[in-house]
This record gives sequence, structure tokens and C-alpha cells, in this order.
Amino acid sequence: MGRGSSPPPPPGLGSGPGGSGDSSDPATPEIRSGTSRGDLVYRWVLRGISWSIIALFVGLIVLLVQMSWEAWSHYGLGFVFTNQWNPPLEEFGAAPFLVGTLVTSLLAVLLAAPIGIGTALFLKEVAPTRIAAVLAFLVELLAAIPSVVYGLWGIFVLAPLMREDVQPLLSRWLGPETFFANALGHLFTGLAYPFVLIGSQFGWTDVSLSILSENMQRLSQGLMDGPPMGLGLLTASLVLSIMIMPTITALSREVLATVPDSIREAALGLGATRWEMMKLALLKTGRAGLVGAVLLGVGRAMGETMAVTMVIGNRNEIPTSFMHPAQTMASVLANEYGEASGLHLSSLAAVGLTLLMVSLIINLLARGIIRYLEKKA
Amino acid sequence: MRGEAGLRAMQARDWRRRWHNRAATSILSIMAVMAIAPLFFIFVYLFIRGAAGLSWAFFIELPRPVGESGGGVANAITGSAVLLALASAGGIPLGLAAGMKLSERERGPTSQMLRAVIDLMTSVPSIIVGLFAYAFLVVPLGGYSAWAGGAALMIIMLPIVARATEEILNLVPDHVREAGLALGLPRWKVTLMIILPGVKAGLATGVLLAGARVAGETAPLLFTAFSNQFGFRGLDQPIASLPVQIFTLASNPDEISRQMAWTAALSLVFLVFIVNVITRLLLRRK
Repeated sequence: MGRGSSPPPPPGLGSGPGGSGDSSDPATPEIRSGTSRGDLVYRWVLRGISWSIIALFVGLIVLLVQMSWEAWSHYGLGFVFTNQWNPPLEEFGAAPFLVGTLVTSLLAVLLAAPIGIGTALFLKEVAPTRIAAVLAFLVELLAAIPSVVYGLWGIFVLAPLMREDVQPLLSRWLGPETFFANALGHLFTGLAYPFVLIGSQFGWTDVSLSILSENMQRLSQGLMDGPPMGLGLLTASLVLSIMIMPTITALSREVLATVPDSIREAALGLGATRWEMMKLALLKTGRAGLVGAVLLGVGRAMGETMAVTMVIGNRNEIPTSFMHPAQTMASVLANEYGEASGLHLSSLAAVGLTLLMVSLIINLLARGIIRYLEKKA
Repeated sequence: MRGEAGLRAMQARDWRRRWHNRAATSILSIMAVMAIAPLFFIFVYLFIRGAAGLSWAFFIELPRPVGESGGGVANAITGSAVLLALASAGGIPLGLAAGMKLSERERGPTSQMLRAVIDLMTSVPSIIVGLFAYAFLVVPLGGYSAWAGGAALMIIMLPIVARATEEILNLVPDHVREAGLALGLPRWKVTLMIILPGVKAGLATGVLLAGARVAGETAPLLFTAFSNQFGFRGLDQPIASLPVQIFTLASNPDEISRQMAWTAALSLVFLVFIVNVITRLLLRRK
């Protein structure tokens, strides 16, 4: 493979100080290893491939910008926060999908992060080594199941279960006119009121307490409102949380493994129980890394397409209830991109670019945190 | 007397700490069970539903029209194989080269840029890769094609292979490299003929896992490779794949399609699991 790439076969021992004076080479012979003709070719091939990969990535972003240009010039950056999506009327704005993506990812991570980190702790500290190895492998398998299979399971197993059992229960306990919804409404009002007061001082907002309370009540009453359909925001979040849990577990395990044993032993030596040791030595020391792991989980959840597309119900409006069908940035692309044209296509590309930017930022943040931690350790 | 009260207080605190410890340990165990449980449920259900539709015909026959019983997913199986071959043909050499570049000791601007780009590429949602391949290949070529699907999968495969390669090459102790160089061998010979053959198993693992990951990708194929009902018709034609076929079958309303979706999903998961187990064994032998 390498032999063909360098026409005059390099002399076997030709790169030493004595042998590097190839008569055909006009340049002064450098006195260091790694300057044979073959090395030069090898280095330039690697460099060439590296730059073509970099160019590929830059090209991906440039092409997306170019494709979405029409939408940006039509709507401006406000496109991202505009709440409309009506292909027949050519009205486009990404807010419904932005909300869908953020809500599903956050809910999924709220469910998956504690379990993921807890599992990592269990595998690292509680379980016997052999059992831990088997369980860790099983978790890895969970991560290897293709997204579309989760989606299949989501539609035919989870969605009926949600429709028949879980959602009726949820709306009975947390739905409109329940103690939970009322209390939540008061809580939201209380939380928001100071901001409204501050805002009114500067003339930004002009909302009376009663109107605020009414709005907050409407929000909280609606959270679990709606007919139990099975498909929707809540189901999508559940599937997502199952999908990102292995990612969070695996990354947390890596973070926990970076905590030196000496810290662990110091805690135990001072008479800490195992749980106290975990709190003091692992969770505290590894805090930043665990945050990074969870953020990477969020990033994964945001980009997840198939499983979400299959269970979210696909409705292009901002959902006001967890029972409602919704749409994420990824799922609208999967649903509409193949048949779109003109401004519709360009708007979809703009949605894609937004999704890409959000994912890249989240991932950069997560990696930054992890790298910072590694440097400190 | 005070001593006794103090002792009792200490005992109470001790008891409380121990109880906390026990509670925390059991909660962690429950969490681990909750983490594994979905795998168990999904797999058992998949097995029961999927196995019901297993037959030879399923693997070697083409799909029949919707609603008609019988038929198989041979088109999707050959399609997946073709797409995977295309993706590997580009993704493996490029990924290996990138990994080799990343693992070099010198840290020039190229390496730093490449590292950043590979990091970012792993975090690009796969559907975005589909958008790119659509604009880059489907529009200019005038239609869905195996080329476009293979290219999309290649872009997803590349950073995974690169990462795995880098990790494995970094595990090679310096003295191996130094021994080669001390013999007067040029660097490229040391890398290609001493280091790479020494980590064959590790590289194979990385490549296999990347392949398994890519084999399950659906989103980037939806508007690149698309699908067809006839099997392989040339690289410039739309081509089916197992994941897209599962998605299509699951969207059909009839029970026959659903059954086929489950069986196809079982086959896909089985394939992915086998690869994972094999790589695990490869690594253990090392």
C-alpha cells in the first residue's frame, strides 16, 4: 500500500543522519528521523485527508446556510421565535418546534439523569465487580438499539399503555381542577409576580395580579389537560428518556472513574459510610463532569429523530399540555422535508440549521466542562 | 451520666447514618433495575412479536402489496448491505486516517482543527446529515440514490471510526514506536507495518461498532436513499434499507405490515447485538 505511493522505494535505513542525502533531493538533508520520501507522502496524505474532513464539515454548515437563506431573508432571525407553521399559506416560524424540542429534551433528561447517575454509582460502588460488568454491558446494549426500534415499541406498546392506563390516571390526579393544578397555578403566580412588579417599574409589562394569576392558573390547569391519546409530548419524552439513559450512565461512569481512589479511601478511612463516601468523594468531586454528562444527554435527546417522530403525534402548534401531540425540530424535518419545495423547503432548512446550532452549542458546553475538569484533575 | 447521654446520642446518630446508607444503597439498586428494565421489556416483547413472523421467505422474498400476506424484506436487507458497503468504503479509510492524524504526538494546527471538527461531527444530529446529503447529492443528481444514502451514512460513520482509532492508537506504548524508529525505519513504516498490525483487533472492534451504529440509522436515509420495493437497481436509484422499511411498515395500518415491522426490527436488533457481543469477545481476548 505504502510502497506504491513512493516511486523510488525509500532505502530501508535511509532516514538516519548518514543516509538521508538522497541525491535526487535538492534540499539540504535534514538531520532528524522521519524525512524520507515515504514519510513526506504519508504526512501529506494524512494532512490532505484531515483538511478534506474539515472542508466537509464547513461545507455542511455553509450549504445549510445557503439552503435556508431564503427563509432568513424573508423572516429575519425572528423566524426562530415566530409561532406559525402553515405550509399551504406559506407562513413559517420555528417556535412550535423549538418548544417541542426543548420540552421533550428537558423532561427526558429530568427523568433520565437521576436514574443514569444512580445506575453509574450503583455499578461503580455498590454492585460486585462481576455483576457490574454484566449490567454495564446490558446498558451498552440498550444504547445500541436503533432509534426506529424504540419508535416501534413506542407506538405499539408504550402509547396504548399511556392511553389506557397512565394518562387517565394523570389527568385524574394532576389534571384541571385538581389540588395539584390549583397549587401549581398559585406557585407559578407567586414565582412570576416579583418579575412582573420589577417589569412594571420600568414600564415593560403592564399586568395586574389578577390577570397574571388567571394566566398562570390557565397554564397549570392545562398541563395535563386533553383527551388521553397515547401519542404526544409525554410519551415522546418517556421514550427519549429511555434512549438517553444509557448515554448518561456510560459518561457518568467515566467521570466517576476519574476520581482518584485516594479520595475515596480518605473518606472511608475517616469513618464515612459508603453513601457518605459517595456524596463527599464522588458526587462533589465529579460534579462538573456529571453536569457535562447530562448535557451530552440533552444534546443526544435534541437530535433524536425517528423514535420521536413516531410517538409525538406530529402537530405543528405549541403544545399547552403534556398530553397534546406536538412536533420537534427533528421530527418536522423527517415528516415534511421529502415533499417540500420553495419557501417551505428553505424554512425547513432554517429549522435544521437552528437544530444544528443548538446541538453544537450544547455539546461544546458539555465538552468544555469535561475538558476543564480533566485539566484541573 | 453525661457520658451515657452522649453515648446514646452517638448511637442514635450512628444508627441514623447506617440507616441512610442502607436506604441510599437500596435506592441506587432500584435505579439500576429501572435502567435495565426497559431493555428487558423491549427485548422480550420484540422477541415474542418478532419471532412470530420469522420464516425463510421473510429474508429472501420481496415485499408484496400492502394488505397481502406473505412476502419479505429481501429488498431492505440487500439495500442495507449496499448502503453499509458504500458508507464503509469511504468512512473506514477516512476515519482511520483521521484517527492516525489525531494520535500523532505533534500538535500542529491541522490536528487541532481536525480534533475540533471530529468532536463537532459526532454531535451533529443524524437528520441534519440527511439534509446535507440531500442538498449535496440528491438535488444535483436529480433524485434519490444509493450514493446519497451511502454518503450520508459515511459522514456519520467517519467520526466514530476516527475516535475509536485515536483511542486505540493512544493505548500503544511509546516504546513500540521508539523501537521501530530506533531501527531506522521511517515513520510511515512504523505506523503502517508495526503499530497498526499490533492493534488489529482493537481497530476491528471500532469499525464493527461504527458499522452497527450506522446500520440502525433511519433519519438520514429518509430523503437520501429513500426506499424501493424491488431490491437493488443500481447505485443511482433509490434503495431500501432495514430501518426505513421498519418505519414504513410501522406506518401502515394493517396487521400484516405490523407483524413484518416487528420481525424486521428483531432481525436488525439481533444483528446489532451480535456485533456488540463479538466485539466484546474480541476485546476480552486481547
